[in-house]
Amino acid sequence: MDRFLYLTFDGLSRGAVYAAFALALVLIWRAARIVNFAQGAMAVATAYAGYSVANATGSYWLGFAVAITSGLVLGAVVERVVMRFVDHSSPLNGVVVALGLVLIIQGVLGMIYGNEYRPAPAPFSRDAFEVGGVAILSRYDLFVFAAVGAVVVLLTLLFTRTSTGLRMRAAAFAPDVSRLLGVPVGGMLTLGWALAAAVGSLAGMLVLPTELGLHPNAMDLLFISAFTAAVVGGLDSPVGAVVGGLLVGLLLSFVSGYLGAQVAPMAVLILLVVVLLGRPDGLFSKAKARTA
Amino acid sequence: MTIVEPRAARTKNRQKSARVRKISPLLVVIAGAIIVVALTYTLPPFRNYQLATIGAYLCVTAGLTVLTGLNGQLSLGHGALMATGAYTLALWQNKFDLLLPGIMLAVLVTTVAGGVIGLAAARLRGPYLAGLTLAVAVVVPSITSTFDKTFNSDQGLSVALDPPPGVLPVEQWQAWICWAGALVTVLVLAYLIRGRFGRDLRAVRDDETAAKLAGVGVARTQVMAFVVSAACAGLSGALFAVLAQSVSPGAFPLTLSLFLVMAIVIGGLGRLTGALIGAFLLVVLPSVAQSIAEDAGSQHLEGNLALTFFGIVLVLVMLAAPGGLASLKFPRRSRKQKGQ
Amino acid sequence: MMKRTATVLAALLLAAGCSNGNSNSSGGSSNTPGVTDSSILIGTHQPLTGPAAAGYSEIAPATKAYFDYVNANGGVYGRKITYKIMDDGYNPANTQQVVRQLVLQDKVFAIVNGLGTPTHTGVLDFLKTNRVPDLFVASGSRTWNQPDKYPGTFGFNPDYTVEGKILASYVKQTYAGKKVCFLGQDDDFGRDSLEGVEKVLGPVAAKQTYVVTNPNVGPQMGAFKAAACDVVILASIPGFTALSIGTAAKIGFKPQFVVSNVGSDPSTLTKTLGAAAPLLEGVVAANYLPLDTDESNPWIQLYKKVNSQYNGNAAFDNNVVYGMSVGYLFVQALQAAGKDLTRDKLTEAVQKGGFTGPALVPTRFSAQDHSGYAGEQITKLTGGKATYLGTPYTTDDADGAVTAYSGAAATPPQNGIPPAQ
Repeated sequence: MDRFLYLTFDGLSRGAVYAAFALALVLIWRAARIVNFAQGAMAVATAYAGYSVANATGSYWLGFAVAITSGLVLGAVVERVVMRFVDHSSPLNGVVVALGLVLIIQGVLGMIYGNEYRPAPAPFSRDAFEVGGVAILSRYDLFVFAAVGAVVVLLTLLFTRTSTGLRMRAAAFAPDVSRLLGVPVGGMLTLGWALAAAVGSLAGMLVLPTELGLHPNAMDLLFISAFTAAVVGGLDSPVGAVVGGLLVGLLLSFVSGYLGAQVAPMAVLILLVVVLLGRPDGLFSKAKARTA
Repeated sequence: MTIVEPRAARTKNRQKSARVRKISPLLVVIAGAIIVVALTYTLPPFRNYQLATIGAYLCVTAGLTVLTGLNGQLSLGHGALMATGAYTLALWQNKFDLLLPGIMLAVLVTTVAGGVIGLAAARLRGPYLAGLTLAVAVVVPSITSTFDKTFNSDQGLSVALDPPPGVLPVEQWQAWICWAGALVTVLVLAYLIRGRFGRDLRAVRDDETAAKLAGVGVARTQVMAFVVSAACAGLSGALFAVLAQSVSPGAFPLTLSLFLVMAIVIGGLGRLTGALIGAFLLVVLPSVAQSIAEDAGSQHLEGNLALTFFGIVLVLVMLAAPGGLASLKFPRRSRKQKGQ
Repeated sequence: MMKRTATVLAALLLAAGCSNGNSNSSGGSSNTPGVTDSSILIGTHQPLTGPAAAGYSEIAPATKAYFDYVNANGGVYGRKITYKIMDDGYNPANTQQVVRQLVLQDKVFAIVNGLGTPTHTGVLDFLKTNRVPDLFVASGSRTWNQPDKYPGTFGFNPDYTVEGKILASYVKQTYAGKKVCFLGQDDDFGRDSLEGVEKVLGPVAAKQTYVVTNPNVGPQMGAFKAAACDVVILASIPGFTALSIGTAAKIGFKPQFVVSNVGSDPSTLTKTLGAAAPLLEGVVAANYLPLDTDESNPWIQLYKKVNSQYNGNAAFDNNVVYGMSVGYLFVQALQAAGKDLTRDKLTEAVQKGGFTGPALVPTRFSAQDHSGYAGEQITKLTGGKATYLGTPYTTDDADGAVTAYSGAAATPPQNGIPPAQ
């Protein structure tokens, strides 16, 4: 029973991070109809910035803030300087450019910082609480839940209650009409990328202390799990991203815990097949018109 | 969500395919074979090894460009299909040591695997298909670790191989085997593309509903495209097993699948010439990048400078030539067409 | 399409033609690749990046620094040693590529200290076919000890089975009757080590494996906790040693850790654990070379001198000691091979054995045995530093007893360079 509880909370904690990252992917998908394959690399870059500042000033929170802010900046820059000039007639072009960006980012990071694994300490203790003799959660897990929860709430408020959010949704859904109505579509796109990158940076900072260390390839696995989560939930649905993230996190935790760490990716594949066979556009996709 | 080419490109393609009909793929393949054999006799051993690697890559890039370029299905998992072919060959060779039957078995097994994935993927489009194939790519090390008695986990297996016949140098023999496979693949694909199969592929890519109305079985075409490209990937994987004399999950990481996609897009989607360019770049770019980095000196920089260089080339080519290198027009010709 | 295909193929031909010129950069005499009157070119494959780079990436630069020191003092028989270090990221597929490049393109004289059990296993056949001496493999797998099958391959590290037996003997003595569990890398490293352990202790209470590509050992530690293990023996690389100790602490599991030599360098572990470094207190490991903190040892003094002058004064830890000891042994082999240097002469010289150097135990090189050092001595980590306990032990890969070794340690030559034979 202890094992089960521990695995549940561990899975939810990881799942929360996947949810955040998946949200970032969904944000960009809804805004630009691109899957941002460079999301992980961008998050790592901002994490390096964050940890450099944290090590230099001794304050984790300052580094944390720097990471999020540089996420905003990096997202905006990538959109303005690179993505805007990509020929979007074929979605593959965006994919290839993003993959090229991944190589550039990881290469540059390696050149500046080297490829060793740097320790990425957590701001709170990662030792589990004992609740009735069972090690369940740690302070750090609670922090993760709080951070991701805050992000989800903030984004929901932004998109449903503010006029900027409305403009962003309009720009994504009907760009030409929005332009006619005076919505700065390009600017909204940049804002979308910036926000998504900031959310990705947050997810990265949250997951790093649980990994082997900070290094240029640290977020590759996270990207894969989060992409799976987003696909399972439906790329058009933020709710789907969160549910998908938690599902994937729990699945990975239980399978690793009871069947062994190596079986986990197979479980993810099976999850994908099962979900997509029944609902090819993800769990929370809207019903499509029948074509035949 | 399928990949739709802009109208102008589609018309040009139709004109081009009319011209293509006049040149027999068989002639191109024979010419290619002669050139390759000539090269193997003049090149030093390491270059022959690289030539062989290009041939092995050409098998999979050709199949993948047909799948993604002509049929619009994005697969991020072809590395896993290569691994299937490679491990099948390794297991066979370690038991029986008969190369040609081994390669055929590898192709067969991978074709079946491709059929299974194709069936699962037939209803998926765009990023959902990408997600499924991504999960397939990532599952390779998982399978080798879980069934580690057979597949020996991350350490992998050695491949028992007979030495080349006579006094032929190993690298030359490897280049012959790989290019034999590559040229056969290109020949078969070229004929398939010109025929009914190619038309069905393009019809489904361009407009599914119209294709269905015209009587083309959409799901059947999608699955067949996957099966054909999987067979090519299986052959490629088997050839890689021969080249490296070993198989391990590290040889077929996710980045391989991603590099394959990058290669065919940069080479030029949907064209076999593009597949050739892509295969060439996959071998040459990292090599060039590494020598640039070596000249630059520091150990730190080495691998990373190569990565950065590779990335910059990719981004630049994509921004400058979105249709891929094979779609670049020779300036003289287009100026003439404009009536100058 | 024809024109374009033609252009592409022509370009390929041109490129091939151009590259023909610069491929033979490091020729050397046609008889002995990599050797000229004034130089020797050797190569290695190392994990400079990737999950095994922690600690291990320092080894080859240290070896190179020692070679630079020897070169500055005239080289070996007037030949300067050039050590080409290639990164394989601990990925066996990359090892295939870089070793082929070293042998076919750079035409190295020998491969020295290729690192890694999973990585090096795949290149044995290739090196044998090309008759390249494959010396002092940085791993304790028994695969390197097959004189009939791989006559040019020689080990360096004590076999993992030997080490497993020595670690298990210590556990048997000190923790008699306690529950012993084992976590090993899922390849020959882990398997050989487990075999050695079980030869002395019998079947362990619980055993788990990890793969380098999956940096999450939570499930494994969880299983050990559920089995209530008192002692956990780790056959892991440094990154995963740190991960295991750290993860165990997080779930409130605090057994006695006993770690293989290859994964136990205190400096590397302290760096990787960061704030959690105090968890290392009391960890038991083993070693066979002088300890980096032993200031009074003449070998350490020599190595520190070389490190500050030729290694950019890099952080001095056991990986640097290891790297320089490899360099020292290779120079000894070169001296023994004589002025008229060929590949066969080099392998014969190594096979003759009898080298005395920094290690606490002798090498086992002979015509029937290509394995490296014969044993190890137990260490304990206190205050972030390792100290030796007891005496060195030697044993074999089979069922021989674990016996104490009482030979005296050798001192380095006056100038720190092995003398000519």
